[in-house]
Formats: sequence, C-alpha cells, structure tokens
Amino acid sequence: MTYDIAIIGAGVTGAMTARAVSKFNLKVALLEKANDVAMGSSKANSGIVHAGFDAEPGSLMAEMNVKGCSMMKETCEKLHVPYKNNGSLVIAFSDEEVDHLNELYERGVKNGVPDMRIISKKELKEMEPNISDAAMAALYAPTAGIVCPYELTIAAAECAVTNGVEFIRNCEVKGISTGKDELTLDTTQGEIKAKYIINAAGVYADEIAKMAGDDTIKIVARRGEYFLLDRSVGNTVNHTIFQCPTKMGKGILVAQTVDGNLLLGPTSEDVDDKSDLGTTWEGLNKVKSIATKSVPQVSARDAITSFTGLRAHSLAHEFIVEQSKKNPRLINAAGIESPGLSSAPAIAQRIAGIVEKLIPDVQVKSDYDDSRKEPVRFRHMTDEQRAELIKKNPAYGRIICRCETVTEGEILDAIHAPAGARDVDGVKRRTRAGMGRCQGGFCGTKVVSILAKELGVDIDEITKFGGNSKIVIGKTK
Amino acid sequence: MINYDLVVIGGGPAGMAAALKAEECGVKKIVILERAESLGGILEQCIHTGFGLDYFGEELSGPEYADRFIQLVKKSTVDVKLNTMVLSIDDNKVVTAASSDEGLLKIQAKAIVLAMGCRERPRGALQMAGTRPSGIMTAGTAQRYVNIEGYMPGKKVVILGSGDIGLIMARRMTLEGAEVKVVCEIMPFSGGLTRNIVQCLNDYNIPLKLSTTVVATHGKERLEGVTIAKVDDKMQPIPGTEEYIDCDLLLLSVGLIPENELTKQANIPLDRVTKGAVVNEMRETEKDGIFACGNVLQVHDLVDFVTREAQLAGEGAAKYILGEGPKEKVYINTTPGHGVRYIVPQRINIKSGEDIKLYLRVGAIYKNARLVVEADGKIVSNKKHIKLAPGEMEDVLLPKDVIDGLNQDSKVSVYVEEA
Repeated sequence: MTYDIAIIGAGVTGAMTARAVSKFNLKVALLEKANDVAMGSSKANSGIVHAGFDAEPGSLMAEMNVKGCSMMKETCEKLHVPYKNNGSLVIAFSDEEVDHLNELYERGVKNGVPDMRIISKKELKEMEPNISDAAMAALYAPTAGIVCPYELTIAAAECAVTNGVEFIRNCEVKGISTGKDELTLDTTQGEIKAKYIINAAGVYADEIAKMAGDDTIKIVARRGEYFLLDRSVGNTVNHTIFQCPTKMGKGILVAQTVDGNLLLGPTSEDVDDKSDLGTTWEGLNKVKSIATKSVPQVSARDAITSFTGLRAHSLAHEFIVEQSKKNPRLINAAGIESPGLSSAPAIAQRIAGIVEKLIPDVQVKSDYDDSRKEPVRFRHMTDEQRAELIKKNPAYGRIICRCETVTEGEILDAIHAPAGARDVDGVKRRTRAGMGRCQGGFCGTKVVSILAKELGVDIDEITKFGGNSKIVIGKTK
Repeated sequence: MINYDLVVIGGGPAGMAAALKAEECGVKKIVILERAESLGGILEQCIHTGFGLDYFGEELSGPEYADRFIQLVKKSTVDVKLNTMVLSIDDNKVVTAASSDEGLLKIQAKAIVLAMGCRERPRGALQMAGTRPSGIMTAGTAQRYVNIEGYMPGKKVVILGSGDIGLIMARRMTLEGAEVKVVCEIMPFSGGLTRNIVQCLNDYNIPLKLSTTVVATHGKERLEGVTIAKVDDKMQPIPGTEEYIDCDLLLLSVGLIPENELTKQANIPLDRVTKGAVVNEMRETEKDGIFACGNVLQVHDLVDFVTREAQLAGEGAAKYILGEGPKEKVYINTTPGHGVRYIVPQRINIKSGEDIKLYLRVGAIYKNARLVVEADGKIVSNKKHIKLAPGEMEDVLLPKDVIDGLNQDSKVSVYVEEA
C-alpha cells in the first residue's frame, strides 16, 4: 500500500501537522521511532507560548511564532488541552539590560506582537511580589501563555487518528529511496511507501533529509536541564519570568506550568550525542543559581524531579518549513527549536497549504473534525460530577494515583484512546498518574498491572518508555 | 450524608488500633476508610520478621502483625470501607471520599483520626545527575514487586540510603538471588536500626559506605551503572572520589515523609521538622476533634510504637466524642533543646492530670550522653544513654506530679548533655 503522505516524527510539529492534513481525503501515516508520541523535544521543554518578540523581524520564525501564539488558545480549546494566557516578563538587572528590553520591544513591534510594554520596577513588584529587588524594569508581553507540550502533542495525534491518520509506533526510518512516483522508506516496521514525506524528525531532521537526498540542513542538539518543583510553590510567580536573552537562547526562566508546578530552566549547551538526555551536576547547579537571581526564594529543596530536553537547533537559526529544493517529494519541517511549540499551529497550517498546492485534486473531507473528545479529569470535577461519573462507571471511583487524584477509569481511557498509552510514561503523560510528589512510588506498580491486563501481556513485558526500559526483569525464584 | 461518631482515615496498623481502642472506650459508630483492597497497610508487603517484639512479646512478620488487628476489627462493631479514598475534610468534619463500590461518599463525623501513613522520598527530591532509565525505584516499590507481585526488578543492585527499608531490601534481594553491590549513605551514620544493619548487611557481607552518595546514573533505556562519590561535611561530592559501579537496579531508601495532603487541605498546622500535624498529649491536632497517629504524625521505627500511639489517639477521640475529655485546657509547648530535633507531642495540656510520655529523635550520634528533661529550670530526669542515634526514637517521661506543678508560662524542654 502506498500512503499519500508519511509524516516522520510524532512530536508536536508532526502531530499538529498530522491533524492539519487529516482534513484532506488523503492516506496519511504518522511514523514515530519511539513507543509513543511526544518522545523527543516535545516532552521536555518549557511549555511556553512565546509572544514573538525574540525572533529576527522578517524571519519565518517570527511569522510562525506570532501567528502560532494567536492560534494557540482556540487550538487548545478544540483539543481540550490546558492553556493559560499568563503573560511573560523579561527582567532587566542593569542599564545595559534595560537597553536590551527596548531592543526587544522594537523587535516585537516589527514582528506584530500586540500590547507589549516596558514596565517600571514598581509595577513589576506589584505584578510579581517575589521578584528580586535587583530587577530594574521588565518587558511585559500579555499575549504570552503556557501550555502542556506533550498534552498538546497527544491531543493532536488523537485528533489525527480519529480523522483517519494511521499512527505507526516503534517505526524508525533507516533509509529512503526515491522512485518515479513515490518514496520507499526502509523502517524498523518494514517497507513503507509514500508519495510525499513530511520531515518532522526534530533533532534527527537533518539525517532524514539527507536520506532523501537533501544535505542542506544541519541540526545540532542543544541540551537544556530543568527542575520541576512541587505544586505547593507553584504560585511563587504569576507570569513567565525570563532574563535577557543571549545568543544561546532565552535563558533560564521561572514559570508556572499549566498543572500548577513551578519550572526552573533550561540551561543551554550544544551536545554531539542526539540522545543525551542525562542531567549534570553542573547544569542543575547553574539552573538553581540563575533562577534565584530572578526569584530569590525558589529552592531546589521543593524539586520533585529534574530532567533534560534537547532542542533541535538549526545552524541557520531559522525554521525550514518548505518543499525541499533537492527532492520535490520531501517537505521539511526542520530546525524547529524554540519557539517551535508556540509556532506549531501555524507551522501545521503552512504545511497543509503546501500539501494543497502539491496535490491539486485534494479535497477537504466532509466529516473532518478538528477537535478531540474531552478526556475525563476527575481531579478537576465538582463532587456532583464525580458522583454522577462513578455511578456510570465504578472504575472512576478507584483512585490509583493519590498525589494527583487519578482514577482507574482515566488510565483505562488513556490506554484505549486513539494512539493511546503503551507504557508507564505514556500513562503518566496522559493522566498525570505518577507525576506528583511521590513520582509513582505508590501507583507505579498498579499502573504496570493495569497496562499488562489491558494490553494482554505479562507484567515483565511492560516498559517505562518502550525499548529495553522494562520495569521488572522476570519472576522471582 | 452518612453519620458516624468516628471516621478513621487509613486501615493500616495505626488506623485499626485507633478504631479498636475507640470502640473499647465506648464509641458506638466507627468506620475505617481504606483506599486499598484490604486492611493492613504497608505491613502486607513487609514479609520479614521483627514485628511485635515490644507489643506482643513475640516475633511476627508484617502480615502476621497486621492480621492480629484485622481479626479484632472483624469481630468488632467497627465498619470498614475498602477501595475508598478520602478526597477532602471540611471545617464541619464532613469527609468526602470516592469508592468504586459506593460512589462518592459524604460522611458526617463527630471526630476524625488521621492515619494515612507515609510515603518514600523519590529520586527527584535528590540532586542526582544522569539519565532517567528504568531500573530506578524506591525500596518500597521494589519490596512490593518482589513480595506481593512476585517479580524481580533487577539482578545487580545498588542501594542509596540506609534507612530500614533499604536495609531490609538489601537482604531480601540477596535472598532472591540478586547481587547487592553496596549500600551508600550520604550521612556519616546510618538512619536505620542497628539490628537491621547487623542482620541485613553484615550477615550477608554487603558493604555499607557512609558519607557516600550516588552522583550520576547511566544507561539510556535500562540502568547500566551508577557513579558514587564521597561527600564532604556539607554533603557535596568530593571530586576525585568518584567510582563507577555496574548495576541494573538502583533502590532509593532516602527517607519517609508523612502523607499529609489531606491534613494540609483541612488547614491543620504541621510541624516543620516531623512534617506531621502539631498534636497534644492525646494526639489531637490543633483542630478540635481531629486526631493523628502513626507514620502520618511522625515516622516511626517500629510498628509496636505506632500501635501504642494510635491507641492514645483512639482513646482521645473517644473521650472527645463522649464528652469525657479534660474539663480545663491550658497548653504549653514542649521545646526541643540542644541535640534534639523534635518532640511529639509538641504541646501538652498541663491540666490533663496524667503522666505524659514525650517521644523524640536526636540529630546526630551521641555516645555516653545524657537525655535531660527540664521543667522551669529544674531537671526532671537525666538518664544516661550508651548511644543516642537519629535512627532510634527515644522517649522520656514527664510525671504527673511535675505537670501538676506547671503553669501557663512554664517551659518544658528536652536536650542532650554530651559526655
């Protein structure tokens, strides 16, 4: 069978693109080398919807960012993904940095960022009482927001699959050969043929492009380390707090997450190994010391976890979202580093436009639905809603994760959803089971048992995140 | 709305003992709400022996100890609701709980005993660099896999933390055929009971490295090894002391934290050190009629002490419900002095008219030191101890005659007098 389109990579770009092109009467496959969607940069980043004043005016990055930011609220509403328009603040600690704020402001105006203003120390203190006394002024961008990056990816993939996209996991593309009418992909799930491929392979986008004969892209993995703090300190700041950006990125931020935790990070370091997800003692110390410069009271003592994410940094520092000049059957969505999450709705829309031009007789399906069914979120319900829900299905009365109040019913839903969870981390990202302060200490074994039962396999087959990440190694003596 | 005189939250050893004691004291309508599918709490996975030496005068396994109380609960008038998780407690003592069998429950209580136990500190609470593969879990989770589910989480094991669960699991994994390479403890002393160090490590030639921690984990999908290093007196790793250890399982036994989410939600003040509620001599919190006992109040070394503490809470709750409590209440605080980290109870009613036992932990190891109880500048007792260690809870007595002589401005403190 030949697909019209194979999308390589089920991160936020690939999944949002899958959703966008699933409106057409085309056969689409979404290929992912890992065991789940959102397994690369999309699961470990700051979750910020940037207003758009950072990118170079006139760049595609600037255009996609501002447009994506304006689309995010509606996208998240349709997909039932938590989004909060909390606004952002860039803090200046010196006269030079105040000048820098003015530059950022000017750039933002050129990029079309609405409603920005430079605020005084006094106003800053009123907006953020816990900010450092050393802060002199700030750039306030009220259109910035926060979103859960993996939940957006999961929801977009669910929506795409509901609209007919085939999600193929554990499918690593090893080689691509270009024929007259189609491309043949050599994958770990066998041979897959497609008329067009969309390269959304994140840090590996240069390698995929190269397989298809396009050697114009170079991606460097840029590592960022984070601390995630307990919800009890989630209200330390109201807005996303940045320091002045440098050439290595937007610096270490202090931000609330949509789930109410506090996030500190990321560091920024180019690494050779594109799978290097280890944290380092130095990196975490750096996060602590820089974050406390913005907000002195934040403390790693409240950390519930630390993690590392990789940005797919293009040497050109520009998004590449276009038909390849080297291979007309290849559409690249490469170099999608920050503000890639913010830009995802706009990038997906742009690619749908490219597809429409490339395949002239393409039509929009009459039954296309760009929303996702709202998942049950027991912890957000009123007692009346809870009572009603348990009456309908007792599985919603069985609390599995105590810290985050997640029910068995929600875990079953996550497993049986389109492009559903197949491993412990997949359940965690979809339901928050194990995401709380005990980090799965109590519920981990139960989640494993539920997965084994629902997937019809033995407990020793269940993994943390696919591959060889098995939770147990076999039976006891 | 359902009505009960006493709602006990948690059906582990603390909850069961509190409920039984309250019944014995004359409370008629009692219910235990337990989130698991059976009573017994964490004891169900503690299949090793060493339980009950103090309370029953014989050595039992965890499930055997629990079963003694489960049988008593069965014979009693105490109701039990299993698979029932309490979601909130409001100011009027209405308890809201979710149950797969009975739906959403609203229970009006006259008094409440909090007995939710404790949880293990996870990896995130530690600064540990490296990858995040499978094969890293708390010792308690591993205990559940091995003892309840019947699965081995790994074959080559490093244990971080020498708390009792870590020590017990060192032995357990060895008996199951795994190789326990080392137990690392960041402190210069073990937080576990001496008897566990002897019986679980020394007897199996498992090395215990003090002032040593795991600084990094390695392996992308499955754990392949850890780097350990010596730490200085500020607990920072000393460069040059790193050592790589090949292993596929890292067990964490780095402390227990009382499970006080509900307590916080109910706006009950907590002690910064114990991370449990502030209580009086009957284990009543600062909210009238809400009591706390067991590991949700303070992490205990021995279940026997949990049982005794819970009986005190059960008796206190019964007196509260039956209106038999002390007529007059004048509270003073107990003050931890030099070398003492905390004291439970944190406050005592000097009109209680009874002897009061104070439970405490020291902050470091002391040899041949005295534990001094002082009231208004006068020494009440100063018992000499060959060894005082943070891993072993101590108790001292404040006799009735001393308490009777106190007034609202009195100071009671306990401190260590070093040799």
